[in-house]
Amino acid sequence: MIAGLVRAVGRGTRESLSNIGFATRAFFAILRASPGILRRPRLVTDQIHFIGNYSLVIIAVSGLFVGFVLGLQGYYTLNKYGSEQALGLLVALSLTRELGPVVTALLFAGRAGTSLTAEIGLMKAGEQLSAMEMMAVDPLRRVIAPRFWAGVVAMPILAAIFSALGVMGGYIVGVQLIGVDAGAFWSQMQAGVDVWQDIANGIIKSVVFGFAVTFVAVFQGYEARPTPEGVARATTRTVVIASLGVLGLDFLLTALMFS
Amino acid sequence: MPNLVEIRDLHFSYGDRPILSGLRMDFPRGKVVAVMGGSGSGKTTILRLIGGQLHPQAGTVNVDGRIVNTLALRELYALRRKMGMLFQHGALFTDLTVFENVAFPLREHTSLPEELIRSLVLMKLQAVGLRNAAQLKPSEISGGMARRVALARAIALDPELIMYDEPFAGLDPISMGVTANLIRRLNDALGSTSILVSHDVNESFAIADYVYFLSQGAIVAQGTPADMMASGDPYVRQFVHAEADGPVPFHYPGRSLADDLGLELQS
Repeated sequence: MIAGLVRAVGRGTRESLSNIGFATRAFFAILRASPGILRRPRLVTDQIHFIGNYSLVIIAVSGLFVGFVLGLQGYYTLNKYGSEQALGLLVALSLTRELGPVVTALLFAGRAGTSLTAEIGLMKAGEQLSAMEMMAVDPLRRVIAPRFWAGVVAMPILAAIFSALGVMGGYIVGVQLIGVDAGAFWSQMQAGVDVWQDIANGIIKSVVFGFAVTFVAVFQGYEARPTPEGVARATTRTVVIASLGVLGLDFLLTALMFS
Repeated sequence: MPNLVEIRDLHFSYGDRPILSGLRMDFPRGKVVAVMGGSGSGKTTILRLIGGQLHPQAGTVNVDGRIVNTLALRELYALRRKMGMLFQHGALFTDLTVFENVAFPLREHTSLPEELIRSLVLMKLQAVGLRNAAQLKPSEISGGMARRVALARAIALDPELIMYDEPFAGLDPISMGVTANLIRRLNDALGSTSILVSHDVNESFAIADYVYFLSQGAIVAQGTPADMMASGDPYVRQFVHAEADGPVPFHYPGRSLADDLGLELQS
């Protein structure tokens, strides 16, 4: 009984370490394959269009609604202390520091991440990646690296759009609907939000999330079993691993940046 | 070297499951050589070993004087530029048009001007009879047409070696005849060497110069198609004449029916 448990734990640990090592090697293989895209930037810009543009609507609408909710909740709480003028500051700090990067990354994993995994997995199942190898074209260089870097570039831009629309949402609810003073809303925000401490750290977070989510997505697609079931499982794994990874990384980064 | 590809004492297994054992094969330059055998006999594995996508546990695969299984990745990719491969289902890039699929290897490996690429692609498509389908997507063409587009792509760089993985599988009789004819015609026109992996006897025998028969990872017979037709080997006879039972049993090996039904045989 105990021996079986020890064996199971040992096997699990060994498999986890092996998987981490394998993923790390894959990450460096992608980095090694990346200089090629400098000669053909079109490969990346096409993917930025595909990944970024197609995620834009869900990110924009979500940003706006998160702003609406922040405006409402923030007003109800601040109003108890007579501090409703600080609503702009609360909305802006919540979005730039936390909600912008985190919610964008979670939505990005669900929208673009799954799409990347499924696309690459289906290319593998359809022998397209094998065909590329036989044409002496490295799939890491031609398929994986451009998608990886496109995700890394697209994430902070999408997070910025999310935060900007969230602030607009907070303004619409707080100022236009509830009646908070517009001057107080903007001036408090201007005075309280620090470019480096708040905005730059938010951007750094979204870049880190971009690396994490896109790597998980392309890695799961590349390593998917080339069957319909294998691709479906890989797509699910992308959402689960990327989402948990984003939340874990957010805690670490927040502790490092704001402690 | 008269042979473009030479395989010597090749052993390959997936984990503990042996696939190929002690294989020795020659593929002479300019010839069409068919590798035939039932499903799971290791035919496609041979193509992947020649292309360097798999590595043998023992033995050598020599392509144009280079031992494939000892090459570094960069050297392997250089060697693959001399190869073209037609995959079983075409493996066309579904997000690209027929034209762009054929242009793909030219764009990747040459810096030819766009005008010249266009002319070359149209010539390749003309050779497979699909010039007027150039702007269609793979989803808009039939399986037989997709196979021909993949063939045009495989020969885009005029390779010395063309490998065909089950090129006739799932094709109607007309497409099958067209494909077989193209394989022979293109091989002779380009002066290349073709390796044809198939289990379609009629079409393969019609175009092949030499045939290897494979069973359970080993060569069981070889010779010209005429030799094979006249062969008395039980495996070849079963395969060529499509007999249901023979050296390849009809029933999957295992317990007997009497055992499964719990019957006792009376003596």
